[in-house]
Amino acid sequence: MTTELRGKSAIVGTGHAGLGEAHGLTAYDVMAQSALAALGDAGLKLSDVDGLFCTMMEDSMPALMAAEYLGIQPRFIDGTMSGGSSFVNYLTSATMALDAGLCDVALIVYGSNQRTASGRLVTASRPPAYEAPYNPRYPISAYAMAAARHMHEYGTTREQLADVAVAARAWAQRNPEAFERGPLTREDVLGSRMVGDPLTVRDCCLVTDGGGAIVMVRADRARDFPKAPAYVLGSAAASSHRQISQMKDFTVTAARDSGARAFAAAGVTPADIQAVELYDAFTINTILFLEDLGFCAKGEGGAFVEGGRIAPGGVLPVNTNGGGLSCVHPGMYGIFTVIEAARQIRGDAPGIQLKDIDLALAHGNGGVLSSQVTAILGSQNTL
Amino acid sequence: MQDAKGPDQLFQRALAEGEILLPKCDDCGAYHFFPRVLCPHCHGTAISWKQAGGKGRVHTTTVVRRKPERGGDYNVCVVELDEGVRMMSRVEGIAPGEVVIDMPVTAFVGEAEGVPAVLFKPSEG
Repeated sequence: MTTELRGKSAIVGTGHAGLGEAHGLTAYDVMAQSALAALGDAGLKLSDVDGLFCTMMEDSMPALMAAEYLGIQPRFIDGTMSGGSSFVNYLTSATMALDAGLCDVALIVYGSNQRTASGRLVTASRPPAYEAPYNPRYPISAYAMAAARHMHEYGTTREQLADVAVAARAWAQRNPEAFERGPLTREDVLGSRMVGDPLTVRDCCLVTDGGGAIVMVRADRARDFPKAPAYVLGSAAASSHRQISQMKDFTVTAARDSGARAFAAAGVTPADIQAVELYDAFTINTILFLEDLGFCAKGEGGAFVEGGRIAPGGVLPVNTNGGGLSCVHPGMYGIFTVIEAARQIRGDAPGIQLKDIDLALAHGNGGVLSSQVTAILGSQNTL
Repeated sequence: MQDAKGPDQLFQRALAEGEILLPKCDDCGAYHFFPRVLCPHCHGTAISWKQAGGKGRVHTTTVVRRKPERGGDYNVCVVELDEGVRMMSRVEGIAPGEVVIDMPVTAFVGEAEGVPAVLFKPSEG
């Protein structure tokens, strides 16, 4: 059953800044440059923005900090913080706010300088009280334990995990905006430094700077902008826990629920999707989300990604920008799943531009597999 | 902690005295962990404390790799107790890489990061 919001909003601008290293810039500088880039893409000005959707890693009131920095007084602000999935989730709240007339131009924006500022994940989040004494390395220990359980239950192998990283690199090698573009083989991944068994450093996302931004308007205005719009056909969120020790089934994420509802809202199925942009913080993520979103059966994700099947020229284009593993990962990557999905539909993808993309999926992950948000974007042809 | 009132304080006080207490719902009979003011299963608010049996199995596990000069590798795992609740912990007494999924383990009260904590050792026999 599609929802009343299907196709009611559209992305008319995307932008980014500081991808890789943003020397001498603060996180808010990168945020603002990203906003300007997206507004420029849409042919709009900051003064046109009356809806702001933003969170950052370093503050408890980041949306207010961003509005102040940008010199805008939005009529509507959403700063819901569900980790890296937040920015996919904002597609829902921005669509609702636009449809209700609470704002006319919605800006979704994020920025980070974690690489040049500290070289590691910057977060204002505190370790959970019942986990902190055991010193899990946040967040890798959580994902490592999910990977270990998937291997135990389904026979998923380290080689299959490695193939996720190799495929991401193959896409990144064709994307001039990607941060890591050197050669990478399965053997390289397996032989690199073990960080949290069974994950090596090459099973882990990059630590980069970078920001991204998205401009959205109501669908009835969407064709008045310089480039083709990408419509939001469906979006849905689900969450299962906050602390990894509270995850009921380490091999099944709430993406099963968010995906089912997003597909129903859009009125399409996984078989219809032409480009899949998943939050790949770790190689296990891609396998879990391909299963949970219905691209393959539970337990078959390892075989699904094996031997280049999600690489360029494979059976399904997944993370066509190179993903968080090889393109960019500035603390929270979620916004880049939406940007790449929109760019494939709008025909301005920086790497491999796939032909005639009408339907693309963006999937955000937050916390430690805690929050899952799925969005399905479509071209004018899908309305 | 003499005047401990909240569930977290009560759990921590027992732990400091060497006891592992688990919260159990009077209404639905299910255990839960971490301690809280309501049952996350049925949302009842009548909660009793029960002595943990101490037996469980490793549900999943990882080795946190750390340089030898900073203390070396260590285990982080999630254990499922026979009562049906899970908690993060570590298995001591064997190499971190020797900890495997489904391994039977027994709880004891030790110390982690300078505070009393539930730790595990491989079960005997």
